[in-house]
Amino acid sequence: MVENRPFMTFITHLVLILGVMMIALPIWITLVAASHDEIRMLQAPIPMLPGTHFIDNLKQTLFGAGLSGDQTPVWRMLFNSLAMAMMISVGKIAISLISAFAIVYFKFPFRMGFFWMIFITLMLPVEVRILPTFEVVANLGLLNSYWGLSIPLIASATATFMFRQVFLTIPDEMLESARIDGAGPMRFFWDILLPLSRTNIAALFVILFIYGWNQYLWPLLITTDTDMTTIVMSIKQMLESAEQSPKWNIIMMTAFLAMLPPILVVVGMQKLFVQGLTETDK
Amino acid sequence: MAEIKLENLTKSYGDTEVLHHIEGDIKDSEFVVIVGPSGCGKSTLLRMVAGLEIVTSGQISINGNVVNDLEPADRDIAMVFQNYALYPHMTVRDNMAYGLKIRKIPKDEIMRRVDEVADILEIRAYLDRKPRQLSGGQRQRVAMGRAIVREPSVFLFDEPLSNLDAKLRVQMRLEIRKLQKRLGVTSIYVTHDQVEAMTLGDRLMVLNGGYVEQFDTPIELYERPASLFVAGFIGSPAMNFVSADLANNVVTLANGAKLETGLKTSGKVTLGMRPEHMIPDESGAIKIEVDMLEQLGANTLVHGTLQGTDIPFVISLDGIQTIEIGATLSFHAPENALHLFNIETGIRLND
Repeated sequence: MVENRPFMTFITHLVLILGVMMIALPIWITLVAASHDEIRMLQAPIPMLPGTHFIDNLKQTLFGAGLSGDQTPVWRMLFNSLAMAMMISVGKIAISLISAFAIVYFKFPFRMGFFWMIFITLMLPVEVRILPTFEVVANLGLLNSYWGLSIPLIASATATFMFRQVFLTIPDEMLESARIDGAGPMRFFWDILLPLSRTNIAALFVILFIYGWNQYLWPLLITTDTDMTTIVMSIKQMLESAEQSPKWNIIMMTAFLAMLPPILVVVGMQKLFVQGLTETDK
Repeated sequence: MAEIKLENLTKSYGDTEVLHHIEGDIKDSEFVVIVGPSGCGKSTLLRMVAGLEIVTSGQISINGNVVNDLEPADRDIAMVFQNYALYPHMTVRDNMAYGLKIRKIPKDEIMRRVDEVADILEIRAYLDRKPRQLSGGQRQRVAMGRAIVREPSVFLFDEPLSNLDAKLRVQMRLEIRKLQKRLGVTSIYVTHDQVEAMTLGDRLMVLNGGYVEQFDTPIELYERPASLFVAGFIGSPAMNFVSADLANNVVTLANGAKLETGLKTSGKVTLGMRPEHMIPDESGAIKIEVDMLEQLGANTLVHGTLQGTDIPFVISLDGIQTIEIGATLSFHAPENALHLFNIETGIRLND
């Protein structure tokens, strides 16, 4: 819609600016709070302009013992979160690709039955099955390990379904052509199917990375060792564990660090992400 | 170089048989076109030869080897698909080289062959482009190139020209024909376009409803169609059909007109006459009431009905003709232009 009405232009800009401010303000406050020292953060009103202690806070947060002595440094938590998020997203994509490949390209008994079994797990997110899953993971001895953090979250009906749809849009002739060229099933998967789903894989990676990064309940449940704490968990714990008044500058710096990797992933993969969600041409 | 033998070939999907007892021998370096209306099973037949469809019963042999249970890659064939089926993420060069790479042919040999074929097809300039950067005609060439570099003993074409515009189609048709003659590779080509079939094929296999109606040279098909279906399918504009009575060498049309034939049998028949074989003749027995004219420049199509009936009749006259709508024209048909078919079975009554 192309219109030239100055008043409407003003209103639309106003609404947009208000919207941006509402979203950006908390992030701004986080950044500002992360750049002041502890004492300033306890005084009212809270500061609205950046202070000078950003680098100090960053060092103290990343390499110091976080808040108190019994806590792991934040770089360790960042690493834990990163490991968990990467294992979840890469694992989910790998498993979904393989199961979608099996469902679309192979004829075996109860093929649709298996597909629906996978599909039904959509109704069983980890929160619903948390007790039995915990039991299984505990019996396998996976508590306080990266495997325990990621494996129960890896199976993904959504991703399987999405790859199935992607594969279904690839013309049959592509498979036939590859067969005539002499490509076996795995060769076809590697040489044709994977490159053709590249953008979809990227889009899914972004979504799944954020999903994995933001996991809260599951890591909280299965990690008791503070060395395995993830960053999202730790923010909550920092608020609670502070018997004295909370150290807002450190907490906010941690929050800022927790936001950073998802932002980097989204910004870095933006182009592929949009292509993957919109492109239909194969 | 190969001969292909189809023996008693049948294809069923569940209980529905779609191809019935196909027989055919294809000679070395012959160009055979399988032609028929949509749904007649022509693509299925081609795909069975390619190994993309399972043979229900019967036998396909290439060069004397039964290939029924061989994977497509092991049949020494190459196929050109209707939508080209190029790999969109690979360059033209990689597309052409892919099959050779899988066959573990040395790199420099692959390069040499791809370059050679690219020269034949004049696609050398596009070798480093992706398929999406090419026009329809260029993609078509790449698809052909991919088949040629394999140096197979059989080419299979599945309506390769149907996505091109009319002018390009005529041009590519000639090129395919020249190329096939030059390479001398046995080829099977599927199309629903009878003009394409007539111009390309050494022999045509006309399929209808899963049955082979006739398998012969284009001229034979045109001059002596074995059935009503072939007669109506081959030739443009299509043959006129009139039901008639045959007795004592004379056919009597529905409006009482009588024509001489050399046929001894008698009974009800269907008489076929090609629009371009009708000779204007004042005293001719066939009288046509003109409804409409189609001026094509080189010839004029006269659409009308057989006088006294509402049986449609088309006549093709040379050059530009001016005829009044509603006029009655008389024509004479020479004896060899009369095609007589059994009215029930549609089989040609041999003369």
